[in-house]
Amino acid sequence: MPNRVVVFLKVLVHIACLAPIAWLLVHLFQNNLGPDPTHTVTFFTGHGTLRLLVITLAITPVRRLTPKLGWIIRFRRMLGLYAFFYGCLHLMTYVWLYAGFSLSAMVDDISQRKFITAGLAAWLLMVPLALTSTAWSIRKLGGRNWARLHWLTYAAAIAGIIHYWWGVKQGDRSPMEITVVLCLALAARPVLAWVRS
Amino acid sequence: MLIRKSDSNSIPSSEITPRSTYLNRRTLLTAGAVGAAALAADRFGRVMHPHDVRAETKLATVSSPLSTKGLTPTSLYDITHYNNFYEFGTGKDDPAKYAGSLKTRPWSVKVEGLVKSKKTYDIDSLMKLRPLEDRIYRFRCVEAWSMVIPWVGYSLSEFIKACDPLPSAKYIQFISLDNPSEEPGINSVNLDWPYSEGLRMDEAMHPLTLLTFGLYGDALPNQDGAPVRVVVPWKYGYKSAKSIVKVRFVDKQPHTTWNDMASDEYGFYSNVNPNVDHPRWSQKTERVIGAPIWKQRQPTLMFNGYANQVASLYTGMDLRKYH
Repeated sequence: MPNRVVVFLKVLVHIACLAPIAWLLVHLFQNNLGPDPTHTVTFFTGHGTLRLLVITLAITPVRRLTPKLGWIIRFRRMLGLYAFFYGCLHLMTYVWLYAGFSLSAMVDDISQRKFITAGLAAWLLMVPLALTSTAWSIRKLGGRNWARLHWLTYAAAIAGIIHYWWGVKQGDRSPMEITVVLCLALAARPVLAWVRS
Repeated sequence: MLIRKSDSNSIPSSEITPRSTYLNRRTLLTAGAVGAAALAADRFGRVMHPHDVRAETKLATVSSPLSTKGLTPTSLYDITHYNNFYEFGTGKDDPAKYAGSLKTRPWSVKVEGLVKSKKTYDIDSLMKLRPLEDRIYRFRCVEAWSMVIPWVGYSLSEFIKACDPLPSAKYIQFISLDNPSEEPGINSVNLDWPYSEGLRMDEAMHPLTLLTFGLYGDALPNQDGAPVRVVVPWKYGYKSAKSIVKVRFVDKQPHTTWNDMASDEYGFYSNVNPNVDHPRWSQKTERVIGAPIWKQRQPTLMFNGYANQVASLYTGMDLRKYH
C-alpha cells in the first residue's frame, strides 16, 4: 500500500473518530441530546470506547486471515489511542455528571459498586498501553516485552464488557452485540493458530 | 356541573406550552441538526426525530389541594418519549414507538379477591366514578432520574371504597394487561408476565395515591399506561402499575414483578429514600429529565418530597430492611 494512500486513510480515520465528538459537543450545547442528556453522553462515550477497543483487537486476526491487508497494522496504534481517548471522556462523564467531582462519592462508588470498579479497572489497564504507544517505548522495552505488555488490551476489553453487563438491568440484553464481536476477536487467534498447526 | 377553580400556585393546563408550538420548535432544531448528524450512528439519530404525539381526548378536570405546588412540569414530549414500559421493549423510546398497537377501548377492570361482591368496571364508568382532579406530582424512577408530571385522576381510596373490600383485605394487587398481540415486549423481554404490583392497604388508601386516567389535561397516552394506572408519588416509578386490567384484594403481601426479578435491588416498599442506595448506584441525587446537562443533577428528597404526608405510614419500620 503506497504511503500516500495510508496517509489519506489516516486522515479519514481521524475524521471518523473525531466527528462523533464534534456532533456530541454541538448537541450538548444546544441541549438537544434527548430527554436525559447525561445518559446519552455516558452511553455514547462508553460504546465508542468498546467499539474502538474491539476494532483494535480485530486487526491482527484480519491480517492473518488476509495477508494482503497486512498494511492495516499501521492503523492499530491510532485506533488504540482513540479507544483510550473515548475511555477518558467516559471517565470524565462519570467524574463530572455522576460524582459531581466529589472524591467521597467516587470512593463510595468504587468500593461498593462492582460495575464501577470494573469500569475503572478497564480504564486503568489502558493507561500503561497509552503511555507506551511511542516508537521510543518499543525500542526501550524491546519488541517482545512491549508485545507482552500490550496483551493487556484484551484484559481492558474484557473488563469493559463486564462493566457494561453489570451496569444494565436484568432482562436488558443490549451488551450482547459487542460481546459477541469481542468473543470472535478473542477466539480468532487461538483458532487460527490451531488451524495452521 | 364542574367549575374549574383557578389556584394561584398551581399551573393551569393553559399556561403550558401547547403541543403544536414545541413540536414546531423541535422540527426547526431537527432540520438544523441534520447536516451535523449525518456522521453519527443511527441510534443517535433517533433522539432528534420526535415521534408524533397522538391527539388525545380533553378531560374535564377540577383543581386539587393535593397537587404539589411550585413545580414546573416536564414537557409533554419528554413525558411521552422517555418511558420504562417493558411490555413494549426495554428502550426508553420503545413505548413511544410501539404503544400505538395497544387498544384501550373496550377496556374493563376486574375487581376480585376479598370483596363483598366481585365486580367489573367499564373504563368509561370508572372515569365518571368521581370528579377528575389535576394533580402535579414529582416522579422519581429507581434508575435515578426524575420528572414532574401533571396527572389527572382521583384518589385510589375513592375507588377502593366503591369496591367494598372485606376487613380481612390487607393488601391490594394490580395486574397489568398481558397481551402479546398488542404488546410486542411481552415476547421479547424476559420478565414474568403479567406485570404485578401491590400496596399495603393503608398506602393504597392514602389520598395522594392516585387512580390515574390522564396527564396534561388529556386522556393518558398509551405509552404512559393508558387507559388507567396508579401513581404513588413517594415510591419509585415501577410501583405505579400501568394499563391495569385487574385489582385484587388479598390478605398477604402480593408478589411484585421487579421484586421477583431481583429482591436486593427492588424491595416491596420501594419508598424513595436518598439514604438507601440501589446496589448499583447512589440514590442521593437524581437527573432531571429535560434539564440541560450541566443542570441535570439535583438532590433526591426523602419520600420524594412527600415525607410530611406519608412518613407516618412507616413509623417504627427499618426503612433499610424494608426498602
